[in-house]
Amino acid sequence: MSKINLIIDGQSIEVEKGITIMDAAKKINVNIPTLCHHEDLCVAGNCRVCVVEVKNHERLEASCAVPAEDGMEILTNTAKVRNARKDIVSLLVSEHNTQCTTCYRNTNCELQDLAAEYNVDGDRYLSVLKPNIKVDKSSWAIEKDDSKCVRCQRCVRTCAELQHVNALTVSHKGDEMKISTFADLPFNEVVCTNCGQCVNRCPTGALTERRYFDDVWEAIGDPDKHVVMNTAPSVRVALGEMFGNEVGTRVTGKMVTAMRKMGADSVLDTDFAADLTIIEEGNELLTRLKGALVDGDTSIKLPMITSCSPGWVKFIEHMFPNYLDHLSTCKSPQQMFGAMTKTYYAEKKGVDPKDIVSVAVMPCAAKKYEANRPEMNSSGYRDIDAGLTTREFGLMIKQAGLDFNNLEDSEFDSIMGQSTGAGIIFGATGGVMEAALRTAYAVVTGRSVPFENLNITAVRGTEGIRAASIKIEDTLPEWSFLEGVDLNVAVAHGLKNARVIMDEVAAGTSTYHFIEVMGCPGGCIGGGGQPIPTNAEIRAKRTKAIYEEDMSKPIRMSHENPEITQIYEEFLEKPLGHKSHDLLHTSYRKRNRY
Amino acid sequence: MANNNKLKRADIIFSTYSVDPYDVLDMAMKKGKTDVINELIESGLRGRGGAGFPTGLKWKFMAQENNEEKYIICNADEGEPGTFKDRKLLVDVPRKVISGMAIAGWATNSKKGIIYLRAEYNNLIPALEKEIEVFNKYASKFDLDFSVNIYSGAGAYVCGEETALIESMEGKRGEPRNKPPFPIQSGYLGKPTLVNNVETFAAASMVCRYGAKKYESYGTSDQHGSKLFSLSGDSPKEGVHELELGMKISDFVEEYGDGDTKAVQIGGVAGFCIPRKEFDQTIIGEGNTTGGATMIFNSTRSMYNVIHNYLDFFAEESCGQCTPCRVGTQQLLKGVEAVKAGNKPESYLDDLVKLSKTMKLTSKCGLGQSVTNSFSSIVKNFREEMIY
Repeated sequence: MSKINLIIDGQSIEVEKGITIMDAAKKINVNIPTLCHHEDLCVAGNCRVCVVEVKNHERLEASCAVPAEDGMEILTNTAKVRNARKDIVSLLVSEHNTQCTTCYRNTNCELQDLAAEYNVDGDRYLSVLKPNIKVDKSSWAIEKDDSKCVRCQRCVRTCAELQHVNALTVSHKGDEMKISTFADLPFNEVVCTNCGQCVNRCPTGALTERRYFDDVWEAIGDPDKHVVMNTAPSVRVALGEMFGNEVGTRVTGKMVTAMRKMGADSVLDTDFAADLTIIEEGNELLTRLKGALVDGDTSIKLPMITSCSPGWVKFIEHMFPNYLDHLSTCKSPQQMFGAMTKTYYAEKKGVDPKDIVSVAVMPCAAKKYEANRPEMNSSGYRDIDAGLTTREFGLMIKQAGLDFNNLEDSEFDSIMGQSTGAGIIFGATGGVMEAALRTAYAVVTGRSVPFENLNITAVRGTEGIRAASIKIEDTLPEWSFLEGVDLNVAVAHGLKNARVIMDEVAAGTSTYHFIEVMGCPGGCIGGGGQPIPTNAEIRAKRTKAIYEEDMSKPIRMSHENPEITQIYEEFLEKPLGHKSHDLLHTSYRKRNRY
Repeated sequence: MANNNKLKRADIIFSTYSVDPYDVLDMAMKKGKTDVINELIESGLRGRGGAGFPTGLKWKFMAQENNEEKYIICNADEGEPGTFKDRKLLVDVPRKVISGMAIAGWATNSKKGIIYLRAEYNNLIPALEKEIEVFNKYASKFDLDFSVNIYSGAGAYVCGEETALIESMEGKRGEPRNKPPFPIQSGYLGKPTLVNNVETFAAASMVCRYGAKKYESYGTSDQHGSKLFSLSGDSPKEGVHELELGMKISDFVEEYGDGDTKAVQIGGVAGFCIPRKEFDQTIIGEGNTTGGATMIFNSTRSMYNVIHNYLDFFAEESCGQCTPCRVGTQQLLKGVEAVKAGNKPESYLDDLVKLSKTMKLTSKCGLGQSVTNSFSSIVKNFREEMIY
């Protein structure tokens, strides 16, 4: 990469050719404000907050969109620049619903920050906020409030570039221009996977998750209800951010204590259900392999694809409805957990399942939708009664008045509170695959996977699609049909990459046996319910924390979890057995593309 | 050469085909490509759409782009309020336009020409297609690999902006792009693309017909050639007039006004509104755009109504993507209404002028950047009409 020299605010610097003025300025510790730019997305250059002066340019330039050039002289802090930025922020405020005190994003809003920074006078311009804007609350997962939209189009770019869903688009022009769904239909009637990536990148409160925490408080306050809370692996590596901790701080113990202090009757771990998923899904994979490779059953579809990510599941239902039999029939850990709570747990604790309120704390917006899917009630009760995001949960901790950072650590309750490192790594892209391989390899060969410390680094990383192949050798006698087989696996994260891998499956060119797909970039640690903001660096730090948590666990293979052994002995009997089939497996439905 | 002329009618663009424009193409092709481009540079021809970029220079940059696939686009979106000259050109002398496009294609090694035709002009398509058939015969005779197609636009004002036009042609929302890259570097389908106005292509063909020297001899030392003016408003002579450049506004008004002219809007609503006391300046002088839309207002007109009408138009026709243009146009509109109604003090007009300057400094494209032209000139010169 060739280098260029330029001067920013009087300071000479050398940068790589091709980077923007904004990125060049960052290198000398000058932060240029922006509302539309996001490092995960293509350049938009439409909010114009980031303007700077470039010598000999007649007009100000949008620093996010203009490449730095050799010999450029740039001024980022002149009266002209400050006045222009203040004017632009004032304009945005003038078309904004400024009821900040009642906004879910109050104190975590990029427009609010800028209005404060530039000391914007709210009376400078007349309000041009459109009257009678209705909040779209039709979706189980996402709310859209156009009165708070700054038209930055981050959501539109997220949905198109990262997710290939295109649920959101720009419609109309001029003073009527807005971010719209297809034909401006309610959110629940359009093709949306509920992944919430738009919510994660929205600078304001225009897109938020639908909140259910008041329902949870009500249940906690009801003496007749038995509230069971469980938390997904990636929550514990992100929740700390809401309390000022470094990104990537693990707060598992404090998180457990917080739930208990909030009044949950039982504080359990979704990771337990992740281990359970591995047992069921691993056995499903081996059964499929046997059926397809040995018995020659052509009705069995390979590759088998994971079904833990509800955004992904809805994506395939819409986009590849003829390939649903490639999906594992396993419910996601959240739903398995719920089904076990209302049956096994209820029985063990002697609680009537009708009195149990199961609350799942998830890094996810789509989990809210999944919890509400009508078929998720195989025990006769809703598997999950309320799905919360990491953000809602953090807010509840604040509402409870807990000094989170000074809480003592504590352990999950039992039963269904014990988990392994394999369950933890479900939170990062490649984790389900790695956990499945750790167990499947051990089941088939009686030995651990041939990787140092069980760390299957080939399926880890940030590449959108990663493939690996593991040779199965010296199998136990009952698995001899797999002797010498190269097990081909692939991992994809972000729905854009899911589409690439599914195009191969649909074309019949896929050579994989098993594919893990996570709907969100980075997997659950980058989920649509995680603390805002998100970017590659934040996702990398959370991922690192996930693998540290894995290494800290004494048991790191799902099938060695003693509570898993116990649940099969006491209740489920065997993987893929009758009860499993009823409670832990599900079916999918074909949906339209529009 | 004088700095300004008396008003002189010109007869270049609309002259009858004394030489068939396709023979002009043939004449051009007998010269070197560089010679033709240099001649265009020497002629001083500037883009006739409004921005006024030197045409020869644009062609030179285009010729330097090394790419098998390059596009020549004729911008016939003619959306500026008060302009209708391109339609007349396409009706009366389409051959000059297509000849200009073909010369551009040949000189810059581009094989594909596209006319981006305003949807309201779709009735011109059959005649244009016939003309294209004629051209195709000549092209095969001259062994020229250049095709011309018509793309029917989708009807937004902003699509006259070249990058929005390209987005629209690609089937996307008509929104201006960030520049750089400029269309010459990465335009239609990411390929080098030269976008010129209808009149520019016709004028380029005429430069090749008459030679740079003769073309340059029309007009003044800094405004060369002839220009079409779409004239409307309080004038007994509404219509399209071809004039030599460089005449004073006073001469223009004398010729075309109704004897009671109080202001002339030059360059469409994106241009400037010139009050009587400033009629001594050249009609397309410094800062005035070259689109040629000229509206004459007499003393019966309320300049408040005029600017209100403009702002109403801008607020609706902004593509809406960038803040200063989308919200700024609404604020100017609401602002003048509020001052008129007495809900804001007179001094608020000065705040609005400042805002319009921010729009000029920060808007993404020419639409938002040019609102201040008419706005500040009307507020400055007709302030009392804004208030009372």
